[in-house]
Amino acid sequence: MSPLEPRLTRHWGDPSVIGVDGYEAVDGYAGLRQALGMADADIVEVVKASGLRGRGGAGFPTGMKWGFVPRETGKPTYVVVNYDESEPGTCNNRELVEREPHRLLEGSAIAALAIGCETVFIYIRGEYLWQGTVLQRAIDEAYAKGYLGADVMGSGTRIDVVLHRGAGAYICGEETALLNSLEGLRGQPRLRPPFPAVEGLYASPTVINNVETLMNVPDIVTKGADWFRELGTEKSPGSKMVTVSGKVERPGNYEIELGTPFRVVLEELAGGVLGGRSIKAWTPGGSSTPMLTAEHLDVALDYESVAAAGSMLGTGAIMVMDETDCVVDCATRMVKFYAHESCGKCTPCREGSWWATRVLGRLEEGHGRPEDIPLMSEMGTNILFRAFCALADGTASVINSSLKHFMDEYEAHVRLGACPLKVEHVGVAS
Amino acid sequence: MALFEGRAGDEARRIVERYPAAHRRSAVMPLLYLAQSIEGMVTRDALREIGEMLGITTAEVEAVATFYTMYRLRPTGTHLVNVCTNLACKLRGADAVYEAAHREAGVSHGQEMSDDGLFTVHEEECLGVCDLAPAVQVNFANHDGVTPERMRELIGRLRGGDVPAPARGPAMPSFAAASRVLAGLDPEPEPALEEVPPA
Repeated sequence: MSPLEPRLTRHWGDPSVIGVDGYEAVDGYAGLRQALGMADADIVEVVKASGLRGRGGAGFPTGMKWGFVPRETGKPTYVVVNYDESEPGTCNNRELVEREPHRLLEGSAIAALAIGCETVFIYIRGEYLWQGTVLQRAIDEAYAKGYLGADVMGSGTRIDVVLHRGAGAYICGEETALLNSLEGLRGQPRLRPPFPAVEGLYASPTVINNVETLMNVPDIVTKGADWFRELGTEKSPGSKMVTVSGKVERPGNYEIELGTPFRVVLEELAGGVLGGRSIKAWTPGGSSTPMLTAEHLDVALDYESVAAAGSMLGTGAIMVMDETDCVVDCATRMVKFYAHESCGKCTPCREGSWWATRVLGRLEEGHGRPEDIPLMSEMGTNILFRAFCALADGTASVINSSLKHFMDEYEAHVRLGACPLKVEHVGVAS
Repeated sequence: MALFEGRAGDEARRIVERYPAAHRRSAVMPLLYLAQSIEGMVTRDALREIGEMLGITTAEVEAVATFYTMYRLRPTGTHLVNVCTNLACKLRGADAVYEAAHREAGVSHGQEMSDDGLFTVHEEECLGVCDLAPAVQVNFANHDGVTPERMRELIGRLRGGDVPAPARGPAMPSFAAASRVLAGLDPEPEPALEEVPPA
């Protein structure tokens, strides 16, 4: 496999692009300039033709999403940037903005032109305090240079950008919860329909896009849909940011061609499993995506192939667990997260995640009962697809996938009355 | 005395003006941060005053304030030490870092803050720094790859009145000062824009 010609990361070695002058020097805002001379429908069309899919997890086609926005409703339209990046294991949006904040503003402004929007809201997770400062400075610079404001590049078009800081709630990455949060309500998901494209922010037509998604847009405008499709697969074109964390030699954010086998990412980019140990389990797209195993090293990282392997590409957050890590312990920690972050609206999620944390915890502590394993299985089945939003499915994914691939390890916990890895570690087990 | 008076009043009004006039309720989150920056926590008086400013009830403001973990409705230490223990950090030794934070700061589990009022220790869910785990924030400024030894040093320096430079961006001198930045207001003094080191 030839080395990737980097796209989103091609300026990562150049700290000057954090400022507007440096960004202009690498042809920054050329996409916005070009888009200002295009009809709205043509912008939507080129993004549709590129096959760009949402990078925030669901993989929905971006151009199609833009095309759903009704015009002439008499209401304003809004672009909302989802920079709430909170899926455990995911941090590529953080670094993309730290290194090149103007690319996000340019992509957002082009999205605004495509749907006739005058106000863009960027919802950034509260914990990204410094990244918010970087972004606000970029916004101020873009206003000063006329890339934002009442008369964008002398076109007479208005585009304002408002930065809105969250305050520590994973659920606000769910797009309708994000809208509620932005409206000054508790961040709980809304019933769909109506979909945000029709009734989103302030009951107006709204497009909500992930940071990485929007950062692909300027190049699609200047270089075209065919260029974008030179990388990736037919159904998953382009490059994708992945975050590799956990037990690897070189954790980090890497840009890959969609369709790159996981083995290449693990061994060539991340330097292999930490300390030369062997991999036990990994998540392809964050803790909410079903975990896979050492048997899945050759799975290609694109939307279809990961789905065929029984998981999801999600955000591309690869967390690696090795042979010394206890799957029950890791599952307990992951499910505890969903228990903490459940917004409380739906019973299967609110109660299920809480009870699952307790049962998993007692299994790990060596107090598991034989009936706990079928109980976990039943809980996983009863939580999956039974709640308002996908947060509950994260709980179920952890339970169901760990049981599916590591039933032996669960049974050993019950049989030994202890975590087998801890027992072996202190040399008690034969 | 009202919280949003004088300069704070001007700042509160500027925050409200960020949002469409018909939707000023959107300002509730930054206003909660502003209140937190003034009093070091969100008080009941602040909830009432924000409600009055936005034309919503105190209960509606409280509903928001209690939903999000970054608003503190109980007395909080000068420094908020957040330790991520989620999976990517756990796999890199975060549990020991979290214990070290409690031990060094003199905060027992379940205790809101240390007896000297200097520290609150908070177990965090994923902070989005999985590539540089274990992730810690001191007043929401990041410290990467923290070990128990490094945690001891961080807390020791904070105790001595010195706020260690974080991995990226400026140090936040206190939880209250960080809350001011989170309200979208300029910190004082204005920090220099630090360059991110090349990959």
